Amino acid sequence: MTTKEKETKRSQQQDVEITGSEAVIRSLIAEGAEVIFGYPGGAIMPVYDALYDYRNALRHILTRHEQGAVHAAQGYARVTGKVGVCIATSGPGATNLMTGIADAQIDSTPLVCITGQVTSGLLGTDAFQESDVVGLSMPVTKWNFQITTPEDIPEAIAKAFYIAASGRPGPVLLDITKDAQFGKLKYKYAKCHKIRSYVPEYPVNKEKLAEAATLINEAKKPFLIFGQGIMLGEAERELKGFIDKTGIPAAWTLLGLSALNSDHPLNVGMLGMHGNYGPNIKTNECDLLIAVGMRFDDRVTGTLKTYAKQAKIIHIEIDPAEINKNVKTDVALLGDAKKILRLLTHIVSPNKHKEWVKEFKQAHAIEDKKVIQSDLYPKKPGLTMGEVVRRVSEYTKNKAVIVSDVGQHQMATARYSKFTQPRSHITSGGLGTMGYGLPAAIGAKLGEPNREVVVFAGDGGFQMTIQELGTIAQEKLGVKMVILNNHFLGMVRQWQELFFEKRYSFTEILSPDFVKVADAYGIPGNHVSDRDKLDDAIKVMFETEGPYLLEVNIEKDDNVFPMVPAGASVSDILLSPEDATK
Amino acid sequence: MKQEYIISAYSENHIGLLNRITIIFTRRKVNIESLTVSESALKGISKFTIVVNETKDKVSNIVKQIDKQIEVLKAFYHTNEEMIFQEIALYKVPTAPLMESDQIEKLIRKHNARILEITPEYTVIEKTGHKEETQELFNGLNPFGVLQFIRSGRIAITRSPIEKLSEFLKERDALLAKIESKGKISKV
Repeated sequence: MTTKEKETKRSQQQDVEITGSEAVIRSLIAEGAEVIFGYPGGAIMPVYDALYDYRNALRHILTRHEQGAVHAAQGYARVTGKVGVCIATSGPGATNLMTGIADAQIDSTPLVCITGQVTSGLLGTDAFQESDVVGLSMPVTKWNFQITTPEDIPEAIAKAFYIAASGRPGPVLLDITKDAQFGKLKYKYAKCHKIRSYVPEYPVNKEKLAEAATLINEAKKPFLIFGQGIMLGEAERELKGFIDKTGIPAAWTLLGLSALNSDHPLNVGMLGMHGNYGPNIKTNECDLLIAVGMRFDDRVTGTLKTYAKQAKIIHIEIDPAEINKNVKTDVALLGDAKKILRLLTHIVSPNKHKEWVKEFKQAHAIEDKKVIQSDLYPKKPGLTMGEVVRRVSEYTKNKAVIVSDVGQHQMATARYSKFTQPRSHITSGGLGTMGYGLPAAIGAKLGEPNREVVVFAGDGGFQMTIQELGTIAQEKLGVKMVILNNHFLGMVRQWQELFFEKRYSFTEILSPDFVKVADAYGIPGNHVSDRDKLDDAIKVMFETEGPYLLEVNIEKDDNVFPMVPAGASVSDILLSPEDATK
Repeated sequence: MKQEYIISAYSENHIGLLNRITIIFTRRKVNIESLTVSESALKGISKFTIVVNETKDKVSNIVKQIDKQIEVLKAFYHTNEEMIFQEIALYKVPTAPLMESDQIEKLIRKHNARILEITPEYTVIEKTGHKEETQELFNGLNPFGVLQFIRSGRIAITRSPIEKLSEFLKERDALLAKIESKGKISKV
């Protein structure tokens, strides 16, 4: 028996007296956690002490900052579909988690975050490293709970995992006082399967289903838009089955990317602010909009006043609070996307919608000519983000996990990387958290150790969590880092150029030589600025075992187009800066 | 159009839930006109009654957000017309004017109020009713010098259908059993 097996076996003993902190570790193992991310400190020390005896059964990754730990847990959760786990100490440790927790809340990422807390007798006394973590995290967690007695630990952890993963997933925080960690309990673990005040999903309403089918069968120009709900509900095959049968073109939100093969003939591209031309203008021309597992974010809809007013709307969604929140629906199908799409596919008539699909192809041809060609095959000397992203994606035969940070490069990554399997595109959507990319890539690599994991980051965002290079070096994680360096906070610079009269207020940013920084951690890397050296540089990056950092010099004044300006209608999408000044 | 709505919610009696519910209003910059929380007919289950002046769309979205909280059993909203509601007010007045004339006694009779306590110095009067009614009595008593005045939040029950919490819990159990038996809740 290996040490790992011995530890796992020991963790499964029931009815034994152990400490609260050992119960924390055993409960995590019981929930199937294999990798956790964290940073020790005073109030969580008993848990770290208990972890020492289970360090083979439960792999702990020491990040360089708690924000790194929570983003890594998010990346891990997003690629695996499992609950991500992170641990931090009280006070500053816990507050450093908040950005990631807020990110996970808005992007529906299942997380269990465990924070240490001062001894219960000191609560409310402004003790050293005390902060009101339950109060602080309340608006950004699906559920949170403070544990002050050791007996409550197993049940609270079971509830935490159940809540985080079920229904619409989200982050859960458990704040455990030091005396609860030190105290003893008779350990017994039972998974949670039910909470009477919580309905994770509603059964499918058959009448509504029939109404939806009628609308679908009668539609002449139906259009399907999907979000991350497809992957969260493991409904990728059902989505493909539905559009294959009905011939309905489908477009994705940023977080829906990779749920449908990039080369599927009915995959018409990305929605929203920097999405594709066709999906945006056709939103306001379709006669039926079928939204699945998405929440009509303002970056997707533009102004709601003119959004798909001509169309009937079917909304397939697991969270009742999303129905009619932003867009009024004609038929709301509440429940699990997988079940609903399967049932719906059975009862709808087969169709082709040839002429309608052709309209998307024509729109694509316009975008291709005006935007895509010059992004992918530029005539000018400077490298573009688009061509780098496409080259990297192609090198991996579109099989890599692609992580991005936030900004211009994120949009280029979404537009120009291609995907052949789901859960392969990891980015911060709703919160738009710069600094997300590098730590999320750490989590993604640990979740998918046998796949290539590439993170694209800008020179700004990379520096927000650059310290996680230390984690990559210590754990020898083969993350491939591509910094698309345009020496500017590019997205803000783009807005300044287009909407703030080119007043470039504090967007020019000095960066270190990233390759030298990587070198200081013992991570190999290279610079590339010339087109004819790009392919070789990419090849060397992938052929080098372990981590690698490639810094690519990008044309300074490149903008991301198409663009729906904030507050504009999706049908007023701009294809070039000249459009903007018209 | 904004109007008064009564939001009701049943929840587990857990620490912090009040905060979870009120921040839903704060975040959307919606003012709470009145708030009452107390134990319901069933032990361990609390009832929230919250009065807001808002549009129907906004109230509907807020109620869904309340319902979404893990420890909330059920949340709903009604207009004033759909509910029978009541508030309670306490008034402390000096005892001397009560003794000197029958004006205060007449006010108490007219408003169906009652006296809770009389001491040589002060008298405490109780009145239940809608806000306008308790206010009217306040206006009547004020010339005699109201020493203290306090008004409660609103409590309300629906006109129809009959609200049976224990039946709701049974239905909820059946629903959860149905979802559970179909599996695929935990992906861990």
